[in-house]
Amino acid sequence: MRVPEKIGTVYRGGQGQWSWAFHRITGVAVFLFLLAHIVDTALVGWGPELYNRVVAVYHNPIIRLMEIALAGLVLFHALNGLKIIAIDFFPKLSDRHKELFGIVLGLYIILMVPALYFMGRGFFRSL
Amino acid sequence: MAVSTRPTTQRERRAAYARPRPGSGSMELWTWFFMRISGMILVVLVLGHFTIVHILGEGVDRVDFAFVSGRWSSPFWQTWDWTMLFLGMLHGANGMKVVIEDYVRRPGPRAALKSTLYMVTFILILLGTLVILTFDPAKGRSTVLGG
Repeated sequence: MRVPEKIGTVYRGGQGQWSWAFHRITGVAVFLFLLAHIVDTALVGWGPELYNRVVAVYHNPIIRLMEIALAGLVLFHALNGLKIIAIDFFPKLSDRHKELFGIVLGLYIILMVPALYFMGRGFFRSL
Repeated sequence: MAVSTRPTTQRERRAAYARPRPGSGSMELWTWFFMRISGMILVVLVLGHFTIVHILGEGVDRVDFAFVSGRWSSPFWQTWDWTMLFLGMLHGANGMKVVIEDYVRRPGPRAALKSTLYMVTFILILLGTLVILTFDPAKGRSTVLGG
Protein backbone atom coordinates (compact mmCIF):
# COMPACT_ATOMS: atom_id res chain seq x y z
CA MET A 1 0.00 0.00 0.00
CA ARG A 2 1.32 3.39 -0.96
CA VAL A 3 1.43 5.91 1.85
CA PRO A 4 0.10 9.25 0.55
CA GLU A 5 2.81 11.88 0.37
CA LYS A 6 2.49 14.79 2.74
CA ILE A 7 1.74 17.77 0.56
CA GLY A 8 3.24 21.19 1.12
CA THR A 9 6.06 20.32 3.44
CA VAL A 10 9.60 19.13 3.02
CA TYR A 11 9.58 17.72 6.54
CA ARG A 12 8.83 14.02 6.41
CA GLY A 13 9.93 12.84 9.82
CA GLY A 14 12.11 9.80 10.31
CA GLN A 15 15.66 9.46 11.55
CA GLY A 16 17.08 12.00 9.11
CA GLN A 17 14.87 14.82 10.32
CA TRP A 18 15.29 13.95 14.01
CA SER A 19 19.04 13.76 13.62
CA TRP A 20 19.01 17.21 11.98
CA ALA A 21 16.69 18.75 14.60
CA PHE A 22 18.62 17.35 17.59
CA HIS A 23 21.92 18.41 16.06
CA ARG A 24 20.66 21.96 15.75
CA ILE A 25 19.06 22.14 19.21
CA THR A 26 22.06 20.61 21.00
CA GLY A 27 24.45 22.85 19.04
CA VAL A 28 22.67 26.07 20.01
CA ALA A 29 22.38 24.96 23.66
CA VAL A 30 26.08 24.03 23.90
CA PHE A 31 27.09 27.33 22.27
CA LEU A 32 25.05 29.35 24.79
CA PHE A 33 26.68 27.43 27.64
CA LEU A 34 30.10 28.01 26.08
CA LEU A 35 29.58 31.80 26.22
CA ALA A 36 28.97 31.62 29.99
CA HIS A 37 31.78 29.12 30.51
CA ILE A 38 34.39 31.33 28.81
CA VAL A 39 33.39 34.28 31.00
CA ASP A 40 33.47 32.28 34.26
CA THR A 41 36.84 30.69 33.43
CA ALA A 42 38.28 34.07 32.42
CA LEU A 43 37.72 35.22 36.02
CA VAL A 44 40.81 33.15 36.90
CA GLY A 45 42.69 36.19 35.58
CA TRP A 46 41.34 38.26 38.48
CA GLY A 47 42.74 36.03 41.23
CA PRO A 48 41.55 33.29 43.64
CA GLU A 49 38.88 35.12 45.70
CA LEU A 50 36.67 36.07 42.79
CA TYR A 51 37.12 32.80 40.87
CA ASN A 52 36.50 30.55 43.87
CA ARG A 53 33.38 32.50 44.81
CA VAL A 54 31.96 32.17 41.28
CA VAL A 55 33.01 28.56 40.60
CA ALA A 56 31.33 27.46 43.85
CA VAL A 57 28.07 27.88 41.91
CA TYR A 58 29.03 24.74 39.96
CA HIS A 59 28.83 22.70 43.20
CA ASN A 60 25.14 23.52 43.65
CA PRO A 61 22.91 20.40 43.17
CA ILE A 62 20.67 22.09 40.56
CA ILE A 63 23.71 23.18 38.56
CA ARG A 64 25.06 19.61 38.91
CA LEU A 65 21.89 18.37 37.18
CA MET A 66 22.40 20.94 34.43
CA GLU A 67 25.99 19.73 34.11
CA ILE A 68 24.68 16.20 33.49
CA ALA A 69 22.28 17.59 30.88
CA LEU A 70 25.20 19.42 29.27
CA ALA A 71 27.12 16.13 29.04
CA GLY A 72 24.12 14.64 27.24
CA LEU A 73 23.90 17.57 24.78
CA VAL A 74 27.64 17.63 24.01
CA LEU A 75 27.86 13.86 23.55
CA PHE A 76 24.93 13.75 21.14
CA HIS A 77 26.31 16.65 19.09
CA ALA A 78 29.75 14.98 18.98
CA LEU A 79 28.55 11.52 17.89
CA ASN A 80 25.96 12.82 15.44
CA GLY A 81 28.54 15.28 14.08
CA LEU A 82 30.93 12.40 13.39
CA LYS A 83 28.09 10.67 11.53
CA ILE A 84 27.52 13.79 9.40
CA ILE A 85 31.24 14.03 8.63
CA ALA A 86 31.39 10.34 7.70
CA ILE A 87 28.44 10.75 5.29
CA ASP A 88 29.88 13.94 3.79
CA PHE A 89 33.27 12.43 3.09
CA PHE A 90 31.86 9.03 1.99
CA PRO A 91 28.57 9.95 0.23
CA LYS A 92 27.67 6.30 -0.38
CA LEU A 93 27.02 6.05 3.38
CA SER A 94 23.91 8.21 2.95
CA ASP A 95 22.12 5.03 1.77
CA ARG A 96 22.68 3.71 5.28
CA HIS A 97 21.93 6.89 7.25
CA LYS A 98 19.20 5.22 9.31
CA GLU A 99 21.51 2.45 10.44
CA LEU A 100 24.23 5.02 11.15
CA PHE A 101 21.80 6.99 13.31
CA GLY A 102 21.09 3.73 15.17
CA ILE A 103 24.82 3.34 15.80
CA VAL A 104 24.97 6.94 17.04
CA LEU A 105 22.15 6.25 19.51
CA GLY A 106 23.75 2.95 20.60
CA LEU A 107 27.12 4.58 21.28
CA TYR A 108 25.30 7.43 22.99
CA ILE A 109 23.69 5.07 25.49
CA ILE A 110 26.92 3.09 26.01
CA LEU A 111 28.88 6.28 26.81
CA MET A 112 26.12 8.02 28.78
CA VAL A 113 25.77 5.16 31.28
CA PRO A 114 29.24 5.57 32.88
CA ALA A 115 28.97 9.38 32.63
CA LEU A 116 25.64 9.24 34.47
CA TYR A 117 27.15 6.94 37.09
CA PHE A 118 30.12 9.19 37.90
CA MET A 119 28.25 12.47 37.59
CA GLY A 120 25.30 11.03 39.50
CA ARG A 121 27.66 10.28 42.40
CA GLY A 122 28.80 13.91 42.29
CA PHE A 123 25.18 15.05 42.34
CA PHE A 124 24.35 12.97 45.44
CA ARG A 125 27.52 14.23 47.18
CA SER A 126 26.37 17.78 46.54
CA LEU A 127 23.00 17.29 48.28
CA MET B 1 5.95 35.07 0.15
CA ALA B 2 3.41 32.60 1.48
CA VAL B 3 1.62 30.49 -1.09
CA SER B 4 -2.09 30.54 -0.33
CA THR B 5 -3.17 27.51 -2.34
CA ARG B 6 -1.72 24.15 -1.41
CA PRO B 7 0.58 22.71 -4.03
CA THR B 8 -0.77 19.55 -5.59
CA THR B 9 1.72 18.44 -8.19
CA GLN B 10 5.31 17.46 -7.67
CA ARG B 11 6.45 20.51 -9.64
CA GLU B 12 4.35 22.91 -7.55
CA ARG B 13 5.53 21.24 -4.39
CA ARG B 14 9.14 21.85 -5.36
CA ALA B 15 8.39 25.43 -6.42
CA ALA B 16 6.81 26.17 -3.05
CA TYR B 17 10.11 25.39 -1.39
CA ALA B 18 12.32 26.96 -4.01
CA ARG B 19 14.94 29.15 -2.44
CA PRO B 20 17.98 30.92 -3.76
CA ARG B 21 20.80 28.49 -4.46
CA PRO B 22 23.28 28.69 -1.63
CA GLY B 23 26.27 30.78 -2.60
CA SER B 24 28.81 28.55 -4.17
CA GLY B 25 31.69 30.90 -3.54
CA SER B 26 34.93 29.72 -2.02
CA MET B 27 33.82 31.06 1.41
CA GLU B 28 30.86 28.64 1.48
CA LEU B 29 33.12 25.72 0.68
CA TRP B 30 35.72 26.87 3.16
CA THR B 31 33.26 27.15 6.08
CA TRP B 32 31.77 23.75 5.17
CA PHE B 33 35.26 22.25 5.32
CA PHE B 34 36.15 24.15 8.51
CA MET B 35 33.05 22.82 10.29
CA ARG B 36 34.08 19.20 9.51
CA ILE B 37 37.75 19.57 10.43
CA SER B 38 37.15 21.66 13.59
CA GLY B 39 34.33 19.27 14.52
CA MET B 40 36.66 16.27 14.46
CA ILE B 41 39.31 18.09 16.52
CA LEU B 42 36.68 19.39 18.99
CA VAL B 43 35.31 15.88 19.58
CA VAL B 44 38.72 14.91 20.99
CA LEU B 45 39.39 18.20 22.83
CA VAL B 46 35.93 18.70 24.34
CA LEU B 47 35.20 15.08 25.30
CA GLY B 48 38.75 14.87 26.75
CA HIS B 49 38.25 18.11 28.69
CA PHE B 50 34.83 17.00 29.94
CA THR B 51 36.11 13.59 31.05
CA ILE B 52 39.11 15.01 32.91
CA VAL B 53 37.46 18.03 34.52
CA HIS B 54 33.86 16.88 35.06
CA ILE B 55 33.95 13.09 35.39
CA LEU B 56 37.27 11.75 36.74
CA GLY B 57 38.14 12.10 40.42
CA GLU B 58 35.54 14.18 42.22
CA GLY B 59 34.54 15.99 39.02
CA VAL B 60 33.80 19.68 39.51
CA ASP B 61 34.06 19.29 43.31
CA ARG B 62 37.82 19.63 42.93
CA VAL B 63 37.72 22.51 40.46
CA ASP B 64 38.84 25.72 42.10
CA PHE B 65 41.46 28.38 41.52
CA ALA B 66 44.34 26.05 42.52
CA PHE B 67 43.10 23.39 40.08
CA VAL B 68 42.95 25.73 37.08
CA SER B 69 46.17 27.47 38.10
CA GLY B 70 47.94 24.11 38.26
CA ARG B 71 46.71 23.12 34.81
CA TRP B 72 47.69 26.43 33.26
CA SER B 73 51.26 26.05 34.58
CA SER B 74 51.64 23.56 31.74
CA PRO B 75 51.97 24.77 28.14
CA PHE B 76 50.28 21.52 27.07
CA TRP B 77 46.98 22.33 28.84
CA GLN B 78 47.25 26.02 27.92
CA THR B 79 47.48 24.99 24.26
CA TRP B 80 44.65 22.45 24.71
CA ASP B 81 42.35 25.00 26.34
CA TRP B 82 43.19 27.78 23.90
CA THR B 83 42.61 25.58 20.84
CA MET B 84 39.30 24.48 22.36
CA LEU B 85 38.33 28.12 22.98
CA PHE B 86 39.28 29.23 19.47
CA LEU B 87 37.82 26.34 17.46
CA GLY B 88 34.78 26.02 19.77
CA MET B 89 33.83 29.68 19.39
CA LEU B 90 34.36 29.72 15.60
CA HIS B 91 32.52 26.41 15.11
CA GLY B 92 29.68 27.56 17.37
CA ALA B 93 29.44 31.04 15.87
CA ASN B 94 29.31 29.64 12.34
CA GLY B 95 26.57 27.23 13.42
CA MET B 96 24.60 30.09 14.98
CA LYS B 97 25.04 32.12 11.77
CA VAL B 98 23.43 29.28 9.78
CA VAL B 99 20.56 29.06 12.30
CA ILE B 100 19.98 32.85 12.19
CA GLU B 101 19.93 32.84 8.38
CA ASP B 102 17.44 29.96 8.40
CA TYR B 103 14.91 31.56 10.75
CA VAL B 104 15.39 35.33 10.59
CA ARG B 105 14.36 36.42 7.11
CA ARG B 106 13.86 40.18 7.61
CA PRO B 107 17.13 41.96 6.70
CA GLY B 108 17.18 44.36 9.70
CA PRO B 109 16.87 41.84 12.55
CA ARG B 110 19.08 39.40 10.63
CA ALA B 111 21.90 41.94 10.32
CA ALA B 112 21.47 42.99 13.96
CA LEU B 113 21.64 39.40 15.25
CA LYS B 114 24.59 38.48 13.06
CA SER B 115 26.63 41.53 13.99
CA THR B 116 25.89 40.92 17.70
CA LEU B 117 26.99 37.30 17.24
CA TYR B 118 30.24 38.31 15.54
CA MET B 119 30.97 40.96 18.17
CA VAL B 120 30.36 38.58 21.10
CA THR B 121 32.49 35.92 19.38
CA PHE B 122 35.35 38.36 18.83
CA ILE B 123 35.22 39.70 22.41
CA LEU B 124 35.12 36.26 24.05
CA ILE B 125 37.98 34.89 21.92
CA LEU B 126 40.00 37.99 22.81
CA LEU B 127 39.14 37.74 26.53
CA GLY B 128 39.95 34.02 26.72
CA THR B 129 43.18 34.41 24.75
CA LEU B 130 44.32 37.27 26.99
CA VAL B 131 43.61 35.32 30.18
CA ILE B 132 45.33 32.12 29.02
CA LEU B 133 48.38 33.99 27.64
CA THR B 134 48.89 36.40 30.53
CA PHE B 135 47.97 34.12 33.45
CA ASP B 136 50.84 33.98 35.92
CA PRO B 137 50.58 31.02 38.36
CA ALA B 138 53.20 32.61 40.63
CA LYS B 139 51.25 35.85 40.96
CA GLY B 140 47.93 33.99 41.06
CA ARG B 141 46.33 36.22 38.44
CA SER B 142 46.72 37.61 34.95
CA THR B 143 49.59 40.06 34.62
CA VAL B 144 47.46 42.32 32.44
CA LEU B 145 43.90 41.96 33.71
CA GLY B 146 42.64 42.40 37.26
CA GLY B 147 45.79 44.27 38.27
